[in-house]
Amino acid sequence: MSNFSKLNLLILVLFGVVIGLGCYSFIYAKGYSYLSDDPKACVNCHVMRENLDSWQKSAHHHVAKCNDCHLPHNIVGKYAVKALNGWNHSVAFTLQNFHEPILIKEHSLKVVKNSCLNCHQPMVQAMDRTDKNHNEEANCLHCHRGVGHVR
Amino acid sequence: MNKNKWMFLAVGGAAIVTVLVTALLVNIFERKSEEKNPFYRVVEITDDIDDPAIWGKNFPHQYDSYLKTTDMTRTKYGGSEAFPHIPTDKDPRDVVSAQKLDEDPRLKTMWAGYAFSKDFREERGHAYMLVDQIFTERQNVVKQPGTCLNCHASTYLLYKKLGDGDITKGFEEMGKIPYKDIVHSVQHPVSCIDCHDPSTMSLRITRPAFMEGIKLVKAQQGIKEYDVNKMASRQEMRSFVCGQCHVEYFFKGEEKRLTYPWGKGLKADQIMEYYKENGFKDWVHALTGAEVLKAQHPEFEMFNQGTHARAGVACVDCHMPYQRVGAMKVTDHQVRSPLLNINKACQTCHNVPEAELKARVETIQDRHISLRDVAFDALVDYINDLKEFKDEKNPSENLLKARALQKEAQFLFDFVEAENSSGFHAPQEAARILGLSIEKVREGQKLVASLRAKKVAGK
Repeated sequence: MSNFSKLNLLILVLFGVVIGLGCYSFIYAKGYSYLSDDPKACVNCHVMRENLDSWQKSAHHHVAKCNDCHLPHNIVGKYAVKALNGWNHSVAFTLQNFHEPILIKEHSLKVVKNSCLNCHQPMVQAMDRTDKNHNEEANCLHCHRGVGHVR
Repeated sequence: MNKNKWMFLAVGGAAIVTVLVTALLVNIFERKSEEKNPFYRVVEITDDIDDPAIWGKNFPHQYDSYLKTTDMTRTKYGGSEAFPHIPTDKDPRDVVSAQKLDEDPRLKTMWAGYAFSKDFREERGHAYMLVDQIFTERQNVVKQPGTCLNCHASTYLLYKKLGDGDITKGFEEMGKIPYKDIVHSVQHPVSCIDCHDPSTMSLRITRPAFMEGIKLVKAQQGIKEYDVNKMASRQEMRSFVCGQCHVEYFFKGEEKRLTYPWGKGLKADQIMEYYKENGFKDWVHALTGAEVLKAQHPEFEMFNQGTHARAGVACVDCHMPYQRVGAMKVTDHQVRSPLLNINKACQTCHNVPEAELKARVETIQDRHISLRDVAFDALVDYINDLKEFKDEKNPSENLLKARALQKEAQFLFDFVEAENSSGFHAPQEAARILGLSIEKVREGQKLVASLRAKKVAGK
């Protein structure tokens, strides 16, 4: 063994340690669960506990899971929003610097509003849902606020 | 050289990444451990420990927020702010709150001849309930009975001691002892044990006066033999524990028994009727000679007339809302105005921006205060009208009626004035009562006109 290969070995070992630590952290944090549609993944972080608890008692719990309302219904949009929200949530929960009660972001709210229509479109198609300038959409959630979960 | 550089970079880079990954791992570990059962019983709490610091060892989050009731923050019409005070032998406080008598001298006219016309400061947080009562100027004007401690100190243990385990008996005994003699037997302002059962931590009522008062109220609703500690729902309890003190009361009979005047109902005019029947008076008005009443902080009665009570909201929901600590929800024991905590107090139910909610509350309060000022001016005007008849040797029937009307007008006004919400707890009810007070003044002034006409004719 030359000096050089010993050095290489050391470096490779170091990288191995980093990768191993990373893998362990990923498994410990149940990172793989975030690729699923299982609502349990959403309560890996305990801040979402109330939302899950009240969803289980809600009118929608047998027809829609978290992702049915909170993610777009196309494969690209779904994983793009999942990634974006995942990143935002991880940063917020790690740094603990988020607003309480948690406030939904504008783009996430749009996703939720569209999700209502995903199932209820036939029911509301005859409604005039915009104002005369066609810039303010009727907001289902303004009245039907507790259908998914309380907060 | 190049090799060394690469090696250096590789080792350094790997080290930095390791630090970051480990930090994240530890952070995740901390978040996960927040979810574990957070309750550690480090001391045994019995029914004979009233020191909140000891309870606080088991319930640190609740205790921390309880200690924060020392905060002094103003809201538009309430809260309190700190003023420096030069300590004297009689009053060693170096911080006090604003003197309301200077802010609104009409109060002195209304309370002429009563201790409240000597000293009446802005109410401060729970932490000050005992010191502010011990050192108020009012103590030097009247001899207060021990009864007052019922709501200015943690008296549960004292009740047990004086009554040999029977709190009702102890409560009666405490009322017989002068304030100055018994005040040394209490140490804490309202404490954990006054509202919580030490073995289960569930809410309980420890004040006999409330047990008796709420029994009357429930009897009017057709519920017989109401035992509040056995029959109240959880949500009711979250208002009842506050109703032990935030109520209108009087001292009944020779033994000065603390009584809540709820025999006819909780509304101000029903309470007025109750007093009319039993003829109770607090003092004789120094300017008019009328027998009058002092109303005291009837928040429980007034809140129960409002829309929030109707919706099943309890005092605790707004004044002590839940806060998240780690993964736990903890009742915030820093009892304070919801206006200082709009986010948790209001927005749990009201999906409306904070500034809008504040504006709504203040609009209600602005209107309330402007109506209150109208009613106050009317009352003071009427008191001035009655001054000239103060020394009548043989008061005529009409004069007695006119004085009785002052008693009513003044009580109704004071009921709203003493209620700590500037109208918010039940805006329409407060307006109705102020209107009624103005009506009593109007009736009285008609009598005054006829009394004056008689005087002129008699000359």
